[in-house]
Amino acid sequence: MMPAWHLAWRSLVNRRLTVALTLVSVALSVALLLGVERLRHDARAGFAQTISGTDLVVGARSGPVQLLLYSVFHIGNPTNNISWQSVERIAGNPQVEWLVPISLGDSHRGFRVVGTTAGYFEHFRFGRERRLAFADGRAFSGVFETVVGAEVAARFGYRVGEPIVVSHGSGAGVSFAEHADKPFTVVGVLSRTGTPVDRSVLVSLEAIEAIHLDWQGGAPIPGLAIAPEQVRKFDLTPKAVTAALVGLKSRVAVFQVQRFVNTLPDEPLLAVLPGATLQELWGLIGMAEKALLAISALVVLVGLAGLVAVVVAGLGERRRELAILRSLGASPRQIFLLLALEGLLLSLLGSLFGIALLYGAGAIAGPWLEARYGLPVGLGWPSAFEWALLGAVLAAGLLASLVPALRAYRYSLADGMTIRI
Amino acid sequence: MTAPAAIALDQVSFRWPGADASCLEIDRFELADGERLFLHGPSGSGKSTLLSLVGGVLEPQRGSVTVHGQPLAALAAGARDRFRADRIGFIFQLFNLIPYLSARDNILLPCRFSPVRRERLREAGTTPEEEALRLASHLDLDPSLLRRSAAELSVGQQQRVAAARALIGRPALVIADEPTSALDADRQRAFLDLLLAECSAASAALLFVSHDVRLAERFDRVVALAAINRVAAEGMP
Repeated sequence: MMPAWHLAWRSLVNRRLTVALTLVSVALSVALLLGVERLRHDARAGFAQTISGTDLVVGARSGPVQLLLYSVFHIGNPTNNISWQSVERIAGNPQVEWLVPISLGDSHRGFRVVGTTAGYFEHFRFGRERRLAFADGRAFSGVFETVVGAEVAARFGYRVGEPIVVSHGSGAGVSFAEHADKPFTVVGVLSRTGTPVDRSVLVSLEAIEAIHLDWQGGAPIPGLAIAPEQVRKFDLTPKAVTAALVGLKSRVAVFQVQRFVNTLPDEPLLAVLPGATLQELWGLIGMAEKALLAISALVVLVGLAGLVAVVVAGLGERRRELAILRSLGASPRQIFLLLALEGLLLSLLGSLFGIALLYGAGAIAGPWLEARYGLPVGLGWPSAFEWALLGAVLAAGLLASLVPALRAYRYSLADGMTIRI
Repeated sequence: MTAPAAIALDQVSFRWPGADASCLEIDRFELADGERLFLHGPSGSGKSTLLSLVGGVLEPQRGSVTVHGQPLAALAAGARDRFRADRIGFIFQLFNLIPYLSARDNILLPCRFSPVRRERLREAGTTPEEEALRLASHLDLDPSLLRRSAAELSVGQQQRVAAARALIGRPALVIADEPTSALDADRQRAFLDLLLAECSAASAALLFVSHDVRLAERFDRVVALAAINRVAAEGMP
């Protein structure tokens, strides 16, 4: 079938402009389809990598997904707190190896302030059991010391020794209630993790207590001002925290400890397994993901419809060419093949350009996406599912090419060698 | 034993699908091997239909079409296409070339469709590329023209490229359908000279179809389509 290949290629080269425009539309749609799939996959991977090594997440009783989202991913707001007594009781359970409390509610220029203990730096794991590392400095030890995540440091150019002020509430950027009277000093900057930790400002639980000493009900108490140097005279043991990450001595005991937490008599609490809860989350957002994928699949169909339109529109003018090929001994089958090959070549090239476009865009926009939204965009080899998607695009392209091919086949049977204009 | 006729039509009747009456009814028509025949007929007299029958693109409802001793009806559609590719070179009235190929690629096109033509060239000790160059120079085409795309050539040049394409690989039969009607008188004569000379050199039979009787004197035999086609004879007073 050598003549068909040669002719199809030459014919496409000859119609460069139309072909290029068609290729752009196919390439864009393929890039969109693969891009959506890749973002979906990478977002999942990013989520799944955010927490590891933690056996249970404990919080006030609400939905497991909600608890996981606000405690680990800093998405949404906690409904209630855990009393410090309960935290101590859980920590005292013989199965519990470590417990890291987390206290949320304040922010710094749009980034969440996380009150925790030094144990956070020791026990928090992300990805494949990776520990937090310091790019610079050390963990906090004093009350008004803070450690900032990589993204926070990069955004504002923070270095060790920099003074920062924390705001009340988790407002995005502008807050009217600042804890300006008690500034913090940056003592450490964490290395990048690709998790919400990058966008956190970490302080001690005592610091959270200290900045709220002269506050009540979410506002400063009028006429009361406690200077930073005086805070140590007060008991800075927290009365409540937002959530706690729990590590067990043996994972076998996880359901036993979960039941222990869920049935604590004094307070309605909830303990969730991070992995299982993530699965639940995928179930929730799976529908939206499928809808997104379906829409991009439709865009591919639109691109292929454009391809068919271009090839079919050109066909009327090419009836003369088909008649000449017939006279040279081309069979109607070869004519069919010629047109099918043109369509297939177009969708193949379109897909290749689409992939190139995706990787180009990924290389350019990837760092920005990661910095801005914490979405790590992988530029790895296409996954099995992406190959399957590409295969589906090519199959659809081949099917679409059958439309002009069948038309040309019918023309060549009807016209024979009669040259029609 | 003499060589079989290049074309032999016997009791052929053809009717287009959906048409009321036959368009072509020829009791007997023959083109001898190596013969150069001028087939004369006004447009609409069934010339194109006749050529399609000989090319095996159309099948008669009745009768037999035999090309070089091979009854076309005995061949399946695909085999007829290959047979045409191997044995017959066509030249049309106008716009003979595939516009997106160079003149050279247009000339080489039959060799792509027909392994038999390639084989004949190999046996003759040449290659399709060399033969294309040789034919082009015989047909008065400058080698530099061959690299140009078909659309850039003048009409006269295009027709000569078409002639080279019809002749490459030595088909035993060349069918030309009004190939000179787009040319002016001087160029008509020049083109005809070249075509006749090349057909003789290749000892190919030539079926030259035209409405212009002024060209007829150069041929071995002149046949009026109206004389052999009973439909045209009855239909046109």
